[in-house]
Amino acid sequence: MSARIGVVVFPGTNCEHDTVLAFERAGAAASLVWHTDERLEGFDALVLPGGFAHGDYVRPGAIARFSPVMGALARFAAGGGPVLGICNGFQVLTEAGLLPGALVKNRGLRFVCAPARVRVDSDRSVLTARIEPGTELEIPVNHFSGSYVCDTRTLAEMRDAGRVVLRYVENPNGSLDDIAGITSPEGNVVGLMPHPERASDALVGSADGLPLLRAMVTAAAAVHAA
Amino acid sequence: MRYAARVEVRLRPGIADPEGATIERALPALGFDDVREVRAGRSFRFEVDADDEDGARRRAEELAHRLLANPVIEDSEVEVHQMAPAGGSR
Repeated sequence: MSARIGVVVFPGTNCEHDTVLAFERAGAAASLVWHTDERLEGFDALVLPGGFAHGDYVRPGAIARFSPVMGALARFAAGGGPVLGICNGFQVLTEAGLLPGALVKNRGLRFVCAPARVRVDSDRSVLTARIEPGTELEIPVNHFSGSYVCDTRTLAEMRDAGRVVLRYVENPNGSLDDIAGITSPEGNVVGLMPHPERASDALVGSADGLPLLRAMVTAAAAVHAA
Repeated sequence: MRYAARVEVRLRPGIADPEGATIERALPALGFDDVREVRAGRSFRFEVDADDEDGARRRAEELAHRLLANPVIEDSEVEVHQMAPAGGSR
C-alpha cells in the first residue's frame, strides 16, 4: 500500500486538486482534509497547498493558523511527521511558528507569476533528500507576499545547519539571501514559495517538481512502513 | 463596561515597506515635495467588554499580539477609551 498524503483545504485554498494529482503522479495516495478536521491519524504526510486561506485577511496565513486542523498538524510535525507548505502553505507554516521568519510583500510591490530557476542547496529535508545539492530546477512562482525575512541570528543558524534548502538563481521578489525554501531543525517541516505541483509534467512546461514530490513521498512511505 | 479599541500595526524598522516607498515616490507629482519617511500600516477598530480600562487594554494587546500583528515583522500600538453608556445622548 502506498504512502497516504493529506492535502489540507482551508476556505480560499485553490491549489488542492493540482496538488493531489501531482502527488498521485509521484506515487502516493493523496486526499483532501478539510481545515476543521482534527483527526489526521490516517496520513503519513501532510501538505498545505497554495491559495488564499481565509482570504489572506489580516496577513496571509494569519487566520489559517487558528483553524482546528493546525493543532493536530503541529502535533504531527512535533512527532517527526513530514509536513510541506507550498506558497500560501509556507506562509501558514511561518504564521503558525512551525517555521521561522515571515513572508512579506514582494520588492517593488510586484506580483510575480513566472517560471523560476531554483537551486537545491541542501538535501537535509524531506523535500530535498537524495537530491544532489547544486541541482537546478525550473518551477513556477505565483505570489505577492513571497519575500522571505528573518533576523540575522536565525539566518545564520539556518545557513550553518543546511536549513535553507532552495534558493532562487535570480531573485524574483527581494527574498533575503535569495531564499525560496527552508526547513525545520529536524528537516521534516518544509516551506517553499515555488509550486512543484505545477511542474509535474512536461506537458505543462516542466517536470522539475517531480523529484521534490517524490522525495516527500519517500519520506511519507518511511512513516507508513514504521 | 464597554471600551472602544484601536490597534495600529506597522512594519518594524528595518523591514522593507514597499507600499510606503511607492506612496512616497508618487508624492512629488501631487505637489508634496515636503513629505518624507512615509510608512504604510493598518488599523483595526473593535469594542471590548471589560471591568476597567486596564483590563480592556490587556485584552486588546493580547488580540494584537496573537493575531493582528506578526511580531517577526510588525509592531503594534493599542489605544482604548470608554464608550458612552448605551442609550446615552451623543
